[in-house]
Amino acid sequence: MLQRLRASRDRWLGLVLIAPTLLLLTALLLVPLILVVITSFGSRSPDGNVIYTFSFENYLRLVGITAEGFDPLYVEILWRSVWLAVQTTTLVIVIAFPLAYFVARAPARWRNLFLFLILVPLWTNFVIRIYAWIMILRNQGVLNSLLGWAASLVGLPFQPLDLYPSAGAVLVGMIYEFLPFMILPIYTSLEKIDDSLFEAAADLGANAVRTFLRVTLPLALPGIVAGTILVFIPVMGTFIVSDILGGRQVILVGNLIQRQFLDARDAAFGSAASIILMALTLVVTVFYTRRFGFGEEIVKA
Amino acid sequence: MTKRRSPWVTLAAILVYVFLYAPIVVLVIFSFNSSRTNVTFAGPITGFSAEFPDPRTSVVTASPCGPFHWFCTLAGNRELINAARNTLTIAFTSTLISTTIGTMAALALQRYQFPVKTFSEVSLYIPIVIPEIVMGIGILTLFGALFRFLNASLGLTGDGRLAMGIGTVILSHIAFSVPFVTLVVRARLQGFDKAVEEAAMDLYANEWRTFWRVTLPIIAPGVLSGGLLAFTLSLDDFVITFFTTGPGATTLPIYVYGLLRRITTPELNALSTLWIALVFVAVFITQRLERRAA
Amino acid sequence: MPEFAVELRDVSKRFPAPSGEIVNAVRNVSLQIRDGEFFSMLGPSGCGKTTSLRMIAGFELPTEGDIFIHDKPMGQTAPYQRPVNTVFQNYALFPHMTIGENVGFGLEMKGVDKAQRLTRVRQALEMVRLPGYEARRPRQMSGGQQQRVALARALVNHPEVLLLDEPLGALDLKLRKEMQLELKRLQREVGITFIYVTHDQEEALTMSDRIAVMSGGRVLQVGPAFEIYERPNCRFVADFIGESNFLEGTVREVQQRTATVELAGGLLAYAESDLALTNGQAVTVTVRPEKIGLRPYEGAQNVYPGRVEDIVYIGTDTHYTVLLAGDQRLRVREQNEDPYSRPLASPGDAVTIYFDRAAARVLLD
Repeated sequence: MLQRLRASRDRWLGLVLIAPTLLLLTALLLVPLILVVITSFGSRSPDGNVIYTFSFENYLRLVGITAEGFDPLYVEILWRSVWLAVQTTTLVIVIAFPLAYFVARAPARWRNLFLFLILVPLWTNFVIRIYAWIMILRNQGVLNSLLGWAASLVGLPFQPLDLYPSAGAVLVGMIYEFLPFMILPIYTSLEKIDDSLFEAAADLGANAVRTFLRVTLPLALPGIVAGTILVFIPVMGTFIVSDILGGRQVILVGNLIQRQFLDARDAAFGSAASIILMALTLVVTVFYTRRFGFGEEIVKA
Repeated sequence: MTKRRSPWVTLAAILVYVFLYAPIVVLVIFSFNSSRTNVTFAGPITGFSAEFPDPRTSVVTASPCGPFHWFCTLAGNRELINAARNTLTIAFTSTLISTTIGTMAALALQRYQFPVKTFSEVSLYIPIVIPEIVMGIGILTLFGALFRFLNASLGLTGDGRLAMGIGTVILSHIAFSVPFVTLVVRARLQGFDKAVEEAAMDLYANEWRTFWRVTLPIIAPGVLSGGLLAFTLSLDDFVITFFTTGPGATTLPIYVYGLLRRITTPELNALSTLWIALVFVAVFITQRLERRAA
Repeated sequence: MPEFAVELRDVSKRFPAPSGEIVNAVRNVSLQIRDGEFFSMLGPSGCGKTTSLRMIAGFELPTEGDIFIHDKPMGQTAPYQRPVNTVFQNYALFPHMTIGENVGFGLEMKGVDKAQRLTRVRQALEMVRLPGYEARRPRQMSGGQQQRVALARALVNHPEVLLLDEPLGALDLKLRKEMQLELKRLQREVGITFIYVTHDQEEALTMSDRIAVMSGGRVLQVGPAFEIYERPNCRFVADFIGESNFLEGTVREVQQRTATVELAGGLLAYAESDLALTNGQAVTVTVRPEKIGLRPYEGAQNVYPGRVEDIVYIGTDTHYTVLLAGDQRLRVREQNEDPYSRPLASPGDAVTIYFDRAAARVLLD
């Protein structure tokens, strides 16, 4: 009986402690998500408001089915977003891995400094980092100046490259923005590997390549999975990198949503696009976590 | 002890560091540019003068501040100072609240059994796995509908109408940073030795005093890093702020975004340089605090 | 003056295990611990000793029954309202406080003023032989020192009862022996009732005035060390404390306090018993290896022929495994008094073993 008294008190305490967070998350996360779902079935009134109906028209438009036949416009945007996210994530893994490995195997007293150096660029502002890339990539920018100078040294004629704005610039910008989110989880995984494992692999006759494939990579997998979730989702949903570095030519689903809400004033269509975006990212997340588990690496990062 | 490491790994690591830092170095160097258009680096401003040059001068040769010309003009930019103040107000307020309620939530989830526990845990994962833009337009839709309803039913007109602004931004920032605070604090609580709390209770401290004198000081580093994370997320946030802000609540990222679509001068670089310098100072201070706490 | 410092009246504790089933951690335990006593609860892990201690401290509440401290029923009394203090298994020192702050914490919570607090902290640290360590931090101290701090932190409050939960478990053997003596000295000095939980039988035997042997949530036997060792009341106690031989048999005759038991193979054993036995009852005869000899001596009632199977030399003693008729094995321990340590027999040798009627006891299980 005494036990039960204490258990019921504990339950109340738990509820009181969780209440503010739960209320906030319900009000600002769950309710808005439900509203977005409801809105996505509505349509636009002539003055730009939402008429609440129940029609799949927005979704049909997004997958290209219109009264006039197949219109690939939005399917292309969706495909472009997914493809860009896949490219970014893959390249980020390739770039992040050596650095994560380097830091994880560095002497312990240097490790914190190396990690700190990875975090510093994150603390400058997201928008400012994009600005920095404009300065580097634009026609008379730093990169073209350097290339021109190098060409003049060897006496080659030089025509400034059209790097900005372009789809390539968007990819570089995305990689730059999200690279640290891949390095940190991979580092967390690699750091946990005991040195003796490498020695054991070598002792058992594995060369460097086989040690990497059979020991390092499998053990780094949780980090790669966590990093993929941390990179893929924001890349899918970001609109300012493409907006600025793409010079409004590279339209991703994020840009589509933003424009529906702010320029075209078609919230219903924008909501439907958001639901599709969310569905796409959830599919990736669920697939990944089902397959590889949801690691503590996300927390650590 | 030396470990054998492939020189290729070291080389690759150096290249990645160069990639990470090149843009920052460029930003900082260009903040001393004498060229107002800031497309190429025309050398630093070397001269000193009594008066500020005409703001339309394309190449600044002399300024009362010398090489720090753009830092000085920054100080006179009212729009920018407002944006900075908004950013800090939002960041401090949302960090304070999200750290408090996030820590409470972490304690609840780690320590107690209660009816809506699973539901709470799932809700806490949502902001991590859905794109920010979806959250942004969701909150926009909510406040839009809510304010329209309230304004109509309360008969508010003109300036008295409820509208998006600093308050809505703060609420949204709390909502997206709470889950991160909770995750970080929970991780710290997982390694917590409950015997220490029992020891305090054994030594005549009731639950309340045990929490303030023993539990909180021990999890403080976790709470501090949770708070630091919330603060960083808030400072850096563009997307959610973009959708939930209103007139008069422009933050620095929003302000910079506006500039990027118009014209940029080295003033923006000066702002970035100042920002990076402040971040360094802030990180240095928190590191010192953490070391003292440990 | 109440008779007992702590009394457990028919206390049970059930937990829901993570698997969902109910674990009976403590079953109907009744104990009376006297004032000023060094009382040990001894048993293997999971026997309920720590749960019992935690119920006395108030960290757990009994599912049934109640606990009395100096005749006051504890009911739901919170740990911070109980006149007891605990020394934890891993010390549980507050890592963010100095040693002085750690030791003074209880006094501070009780509202003792600062000047008096400092004096008492200083005295407590002197008592545990750590004078002047106030400004140190727990992590700057060795395990043994942390152990002493934990003791000082509890004793400084002058509790009515001190609870110790395997306090020496984390120390190495040498330090453990040292601390055993130290604890015993402290207990004599302060005169406080100590309730000591351990799984180490030697520790319990050396330090305690009385021992409660526990298993499966129950108290099997309570008594002073010699009684527990010499007169175990069940097979578990005989086996858990020290080493024992067990011989199965049937009661043939009972005369006053001597029972005649027929062992497998037809041998007759004469053993002490204060149990009410009936002829034909199946029983176990237990006898300690050191009480069996390979050398004949006068008055040994139990004399059996056997064959040496195995010999283990361990320095002070030599252990012999002897096979008796009826395929029963006995462990025999002989002290190596002979400076040349010659064994008394070799494997395969036929020997005769001898032991006293008083050395053998009849057990019911």
